[in-house]
Amino acid sequence: MSITYLEAIREAQAKVLRDDNRVFIYGQDVGGTFGGAFKATKGLAKEFPGRVLNAPISEDAMVGTAIGAALHGMRPIVEMQFADFSSVALNQILNNAGTHYWRTNVPVPITVRLPSGGTKGSGPFHSQSMESLYAHYPGLVVLTPATVEDAYTMLIEAVAIDDPVVYCEHKYLYYHLKADKLPTEGMPVGKARIAREGRDLSIVTYSAMVHEALTVAEEFAREGFEIEVVDLRSVKPLDTDTVLASVARTGRLLCVGEAFPWGGVTAEVIARVSTEGFHLLDAAPQRLNAKDTPIPYHPNLWAAHRPNAKAIAQKARKLLRE
Amino acid sequence: LYRGGLISGGVYVGRGQEAVSVACGMFLQKGDIFAPLIRDQAGRSAFGEPLVDVARTYLGSRQGPMRGRDGNIHRGKPLDGQLAMISHLGAMISVTVGALMAKRTKGEKNIVGLTTIGEGGMQTGATHEGMNIAAVEQVPLVLVATNNHYAYSTPNDREFACVDLVDRAKGYGFEGYSIDGTDLGACLDVIGSAVKRARAGRPPQLVVASILRLSGHGEHDDASYITDEIRQEPFAQDCLASAERVITERGLADAETLRQWREEAAAQVDDAVSTAQKEAAPDPNEEDWCAVSTRELVDEIE
Repeated sequence: MSITYLEAIREAQAKVLRDDNRVFIYGQDVGGTFGGAFKATKGLAKEFPGRVLNAPISEDAMVGTAIGAALHGMRPIVEMQFADFSSVALNQILNNAGTHYWRTNVPVPITVRLPSGGTKGSGPFHSQSMESLYAHYPGLVVLTPATVEDAYTMLIEAVAIDDPVVYCEHKYLYYHLKADKLPTEGMPVGKARIAREGRDLSIVTYSAMVHEALTVAEEFAREGFEIEVVDLRSVKPLDTDTVLASVARTGRLLCVGEAFPWGGVTAEVIARVSTEGFHLLDAAPQRLNAKDTPIPYHPNLWAAHRPNAKAIAQKARKLLRE
Repeated sequence: LYRGGLISGGVYVGRGQEAVSVACGMFLQKGDIFAPLIRDQAGRSAFGEPLVDVARTYLGSRQGPMRGRDGNIHRGKPLDGQLAMISHLGAMISVTVGALMAKRTKGEKNIVGLTTIGEGGMQTGATHEGMNIAAVEQVPLVLVATNNHYAYSTPNDREFACVDLVDRAKGYGFEGYSIDGTDLGACLDVIGSAVKRARAGRPPQLVVASILRLSGHGEHDDASYITDEIRQEPFAQDCLASAERVITERGLADAETLRQWREEAAAQVDDAVSTAQKEAAPDPNEEDWCAVSTRELVDEIE
């Protein structure tokens, strides 16, 4: 038996619906017999009547409704059809959910699922990676699972967390990633994972880019270079200790992210390593992101817009020579 | 206190809106949800907010509900049913809807949620989404919209182009009612009935009240843009003066009783202010600077 990243997300939701009667799912097309644009809630409406609800195309009100329900004892999961559309709900996520605990001492346990990242032909409005934007604002936990196991355990944990969680699931990994079985427990949220050990260079990344980095590490191993790949797992909180420990072993840092280049996760990692671990570095830290344009539609342009194994390898080779 | 520099930030009052607002708080019970906005001091007090919470929030006392982290009208006690507004208008409508859905799921009966908006806030996307989702979910919601004829300084003709805002009720699947917001009796009657209908399971209720804001947007604003013509309109009357006239005309209370009430109210306000003034202000060195409640998930930035 094998299970995909997408199935793991569905199974995690089935589990929390089964185990916790405070949980309900709210989003466009999640209910009825449809089961969501990507089928992440397939069959759940039938299995859990009245708890997997179709919402109107009102992202702001969906999140607002989830906040109100969470304040009165529920554990809502909001599915955005695409991460890109969560921009319509920014106000509720950032200004209402994100400020609420600080202001009132009452936390808001909502989970907002963002089908994130690029896939071929999806264009500017169905491809975005918004983790950096959410991580910038106080009061939110931002998760970016890169494996089937993490997709499963981190979503279960997200629902259990008393604070608002933005759960960024990568659409490219939905069908491409498979595991033999679901884990019974995982690493806790907030801890980064060493996806591959190495001694020559640390590639710090998250979500789909973990797999591109692993491909590069494999390729370089054949040439005798050992690249360490750090999967951040959660971008907020950011596990600076694990990153610094990795850089202490390798002396070289390349940070890779699929989001736009200005600011963001890669900039944050480099800033932290530079301020706290400057003495550990043997070369200037480097980063690789998508280009600073909207995400292109045509596959030729799209492939050049986002980082991939080839681009990572190029950067890595240059950094290893320095 | 504001003019003396003892209050940081703005002060927002509900002059002209007291009759509408008090009626909003008056008919709510324990277990109900109230999501007031900027001009709802009367409604908050009627809902049961202690005056000392007002003073503590304006003065930033650590013992207040917001502990100096937020101020003035952004206060609330969400677990007691009084939601803490954010400044972005319309945002609290869907939050009220969600709270009512949670209560329905938990089997709480006879519940109602009331939230307020102005004619300015009615033009936001959040209000549109919130009203629509309220009707889709068929929650027992009352939305009281007060048209005070200015969004800060912008008059109605640059705010909306429909004949009457109450006409929107039908489009959303609400039941809509209009009131003269300067008439306390009408406010109590119409808003009270709307609360009763929502409680009884009727569709969401929209009440649109017409008044003139008898002050600036905040105490910093001299409201010089409010024209002399509009001040002559019937909706520009002071609801407090009208209410007082009706009370004395009908012999419900004499002038001496009214004077006593006023004195008692002033004494209560003085008490609340003097209590809050004795309390410590927030201390940045004692602040934990944590925006999430889960301590192990705090992001440590050097």
